[in-house]
Amino acid sequence: MAKTYKKPEALSEQVTHYCPGCTHGVIHRLLAEVIDELGIRGRTVGIAPVGCAVLAYNYFTFDFQEAAHGRAPAMATGIKRVRPDLMVFTYQGDGDLASIGMGEIIHAANRGEKFTTIFVNNTVYGMTGGQMAPTTLKGQRTTTSPAGRDVEDVGMPVKMAELISALETPAYITRQTVIKPKYIVRAKKAIKKAFQYQMDRRCFSLVELVSTCPTNWGLTPVEAIKWTEENMLPYFQLGEFKTPDEVEED
Amino acid sequence: MGKILMKGNEAIGEAAIRAGCLNYFAYPITPQSEVAEYLSRRMPEVGGVFLQGESEVAVGYMLFGAAGCGARVLTTSSSPGISLMSEAISYISSAELPVVFVNIVRGGPGLGGILPSQADYFQATKGGGHGDYRLLVLAPSGVQEAVDMVMMAFPLAEKYRNPVMILGDGLIGQMMEPVEFSDHLKSEPSNKDDWATNGMDTRNRKERNLVKSLFLDAELLEEHNLVLKAKYDRMKQEEVRYEPYNLETDYRALVVSYGTMSRVCKTAIDNMKAEGIEVAMIRPQTLFPFPIDPIRAAAAKDGCQAAISIELSMGQMVEDVERSVQGKCPVHWHGKAGGEIPTPEEVVDVIKSLIK
Ligand SMILES: Cc1ncc(C[n+]2csc(CCOP(=O)(O)OP(=O)(O)O)c2C)c(N)n1
Ligand code: SF4
Repeated sequence: MAKTYKKPEALSEQVTHYCPGCTHGVIHRLLAEVIDELGIRGRTVGIAPVGCAVLAYNYFTFDFQEAAHGRAPAMATGIKRVRPDLMVFTYQGDGDLASIGMGEIIHAANRGEKFTTIFVNNTVYGMTGGQMAPTTLKGQRTTTSPAGRDVEDVGMPVKMAELISALETPAYITRQTVIKPKYIVRAKKAIKKAFQYQMDRRCFSLVELVSTCPTNWGLTPVEAIKWTEENMLPYFQLGEFKTPDEVEED
Repeated sequence: MGKILMKGNEAIGEAAIRAGCLNYFAYPITPQSEVAEYLSRRMPEVGGVFLQGESEVAVGYMLFGAAGCGARVLTTSSSPGISLMSEAISYISSAELPVVFVNIVRGGPGLGGILPSQADYFQATKGGGHGDYRLLVLAPSGVQEAVDMVMMAFPLAEKYRNPVMILGDGLIGQMMEPVEFSDHLKSEPSNKDDWATNGMDTRNRKERNLVKSLFLDAELLEEHNLVLKAKYDRMKQEEVRYEPYNLETDYRALVVSYGTMSRVCKTAIDNMKAEGIEVAMIRPQTLFPFPIDPIRAAAAKDGCQAAISIELSMGQMVEDVERSVQGKCPVHWHGKAGGEIPTPEEVVDVIKSLIK
């Protein structure tokens, strides 16, 4: 579908290093389109995670900082506190956000920091070779759960969108996916809404994106989409979990 | 403005504001929580940013983010907190960001105690985090000097685009002394448009800026490390600071001591002078870069029978003293690490036992 559009200005010319069938590329494109449409490229600062997207800044054409593993929300806090006029987003995987960076994301969300988090949930540590993540599904085999995730031993997969929605502070929290065109349209809308809330200085916003990692799942890109639909979507349900409007209407 | 009586920790907070630092992130820890308490009041008055982070780990990266977009930033903490910030300090050093850290050192290791200590000397000067990085480390010996060093620290951090650490101790943080504040500094790092992620519109440029520490290519990482090394070498050339004491006499021993401990040593040296025994001291005001050449020259002087590193630790700075003296005379160590400060009498006895 990308061919029907021209390249967004916020996206660079570089060819990405992502594997075939990986959703990181689609998500980058959506972000770039939203940034173009809102006309905020000149005042946006992205924060790249430690994970497969560590080099994400190579694919964008605006200011970027590169985080330490899991710390992007603290960095975004620092930026927004001293420069509330800048548009700031963190781009984080599930190892980055839901494991090592759990403390930083929860507290940033709870303080209501006015930045946006793009949370790419692919159930594994992609960059380091497909180890188990906090989001790995029950029974899912990974390189550190060769017999499948044993929930008696390590607990159930963490549902970040639901967890953060439980915080009282107003926020926009949604879970979307990009595995099919119909979902992509909704995901883009959600990203745009999240940035809009930030622009209006209303609230913290988090868009969780149910994503693929065909390489570490040992599947073809097509199989990976099917696997995502059959296994991830029933557990990681799509939808809007929290919007600032509900809270403010009370 | 004349002199006012202030507690060290509060004076440090006020000095930051005078230095044009209007952004403060911190996590409470004894014996320096008064800085946060003071600035939680003062920052709103001057339109600044005060934020109590959820941990020192997070605070370290709040500083990274804020400094990365060109803001002048400060944190204060004490030993266990600095351990947690050490990850960020490594990243901040690599990303070449100007940040000022104040460590009001307490006893360690582990939870240790809350009394004064200098046991974080290695952590500050040799790196508590990973990789080849150096902090510019300033060591005040009283409240006025702490204030002056805070004022100095920001321009130094910006000159080198490198973190600066002020290594105090619990006594300096807690005691009250008369202080005078100099004029306000200009509040913005001067060359920040060249590197800060402050938004392309802000700097009216088409090129974007990138703040990062990853260099996957061996050649590029080598080059990056050489750039950092060149800065550290320049610091060694340009930033060595120390106070000589009684160095113009025919001294029989050379004391090397800094911070609170050096004040006791001065009293001991004065007392020995009254008895007719001359002892000199070099008080490093920068711990990195270390005053290597002045110490070597002083130790090499005829009649100097011993160099003694006197410190509130189990013997850390003594390694730098040894490396400075280079065998020109025997090197000894004396110190305590539990939180008690050796008395002048104790210091006199130690020095006497080492000289003829
Ligand atoms: C402090 C620290 N611990 C461990 C690592 C190694 N590491 C690099 S990426 C990564 C996992 C990334 O996984 P995820 O966040 O899920 O992102 P993905 O690669 O799947 O996009 C780990 C553990 C690191 N760089 N730093
Ligand atoms: S390893 Fe997985 S997450 Fe990483 S680029 Fe490849 S498919 Fe994407």
